[in-house]
Amino acid sequence: MGANSLITPAIGLVFWSTIAFTLLLFILVKFAWKPILGAIKEREKSIEDALNAAESAKAQLGNLKAENEKLLDETRKERERILKEAQVVANNVINEAREKANAEAQNIVESAKATINSEKQAAITQIKNTIGTLSVEIAESIVRKNLNADEAQQNLVKEYLKDVKLN
Amino acid sequence: MISLYNAVKGNKLVIRLFVLLLSVFSFSLKASGVATEHATQEEKFDPTKVIFEHIGDSHDWHLWGEHEHAVSIPLPIILYSNKNGLVMFLSSNFHHGHQDFGPYFIENEHIGTRDSSEVIYDFSITKNVASMFLSIIIILSIFITIAGKYKANKGAPKGIQSFFEPLICFVRDEIAKPNISHNHEKFVPFLLTIFFFIWVNNLLGLLPIGANLTGNIAFTFVMAVITLIITNINGNKYYWKHIFMPPVPVWLYPIMWPVELVGIISKPFALMVRLFANITAGHIVVISLISLIFIFKNMFMGFAAVPLALFIDILELLVAFLQAFVFTMLTALFIGTATEEHEHHEEHSH
Repeated sequence: MGANSLITPAIGLVFWSTIAFTLLLFILVKFAWKPILGAIKEREKSIEDALNAAESAKAQLGNLKAENEKLLDETRKERERILKEAQVVANNVINEAREKANAEAQNIVESAKATINSEKQAAITQIKNTIGTLSVEIAESIVRKNLNADEAQQNLVKEYLKDVKLN
Repeated sequence: MISLYNAVKGNKLVIRLFVLLLSVFSFSLKASGVATEHATQEEKFDPTKVIFEHIGDSHDWHLWGEHEHAVSIPLPIILYSNKNGLVMFLSSNFHHGHQDFGPYFIENEHIGTRDSSEVIYDFSITKNVASMFLSIIIILSIFITIAGKYKANKGAPKGIQSFFEPLICFVRDEIAKPNISHNHEKFVPFLLTIFFFIWVNNLLGLLPIGANLTGNIAFTFVMAVITLIITNINGNKYYWKHIFMPPVPVWLYPIMWPVELVGIISKPFALMVRLFANITAGHIVVISLISLIFIFKNMFMGFAAVPLALFIDILELLVAFLQAFVFTMLTALFIGTATEEHEHHEEHSH
């Protein structure tokens, strides 16, 4: 026992170390390192994928938001345009209606005036005719009774006038 | 002593520390007493012998006690003899070297034969081998358990997984990846095995009755040879071209070949010596410090020796990790050099 034995490899330990390490290597590779490293790698990959997916989802969400904004903007413009058009149309309709109404009213007033005039003429003509007839009748009666008595004449006029209704 | 005890009464922590120290004292007192007895009867305390007994291999697992009071676990002795073939028996048959077993005897942990015409080779399950088997059981049970957990749990690591996963990722991302540029994933399992095998055995060696396996030249020799083989069977055409057709004038080739051969051998040789020397040195320092108590035959040496030995022991914990790391790191580096692809910077290299 001494320094010499310390640095001389013993054949037994060399033999057992070789066998032990080789066995350990094979068993560990098959039953430990492959599943462990595989699982770690798989998990790292899934984490990376999840991060990427989150990133792309975020980007998509941003796009969607921008799109929505754009759509909303377009809609707002469209609404404004439609409203403006409607306003114009409405104004036109109102103006047209007003003009039409005015013209109609004018027509009605005019025709009423014409009717009134013609009625008036007819009435005047009738009055004139009636006055004529009456005058003739009165004159006739007067002429018939006048020749008798004065008093009698007066009564007769009164009598005839009583029959006549001035209307 | 009693006045000292009274003086510190009231402070529980101090009392505990003191009791602890006292027990260390009484132990060293007893031990030195035993040593003195033996010194008068048989021999003087020889630190060199003690140290070499501790760092060397042995054919039984010594637990405690000295000489005839020793308590140890007998280990199987396996011999290959040119006369008797395979011979197997328990080391307890030697009765600690006091008796022969058949033609075989044991002297200073070396097994010999009385038959001068017999040649024997010792393949015994020594303390180091037994410790190595123990480490394999520990490593396998840890990592096969973890592998099962990975199969069951696809989410974040839990419990024992979360302790070992950073280490596994450390070997993969900090050792294999930066050193092996081409297809590093192929070598990760090998590097992981080397790392944990050396580390666990370093730690087992630090236990009070543990074996000094990683401080044994035979073990580091095997590890270095395995690295040598793995490195060279994976060497690509650039690696071999650099060795057999280095960019020097052709007439220098006969000089370059031996130089390159030395280069191939010296790299793993350095690995072998580094691990062996670092671990053995650590053990020698710790035992030397403890031996101071017995050399001076003075229990008060414990005041100096025990804290120092504790400090060195804690340092050895770091060294245990560091040496496993360095061995794995350099192995990765050698593999990296042998498998490096040169397509982009061929004109620049050498």
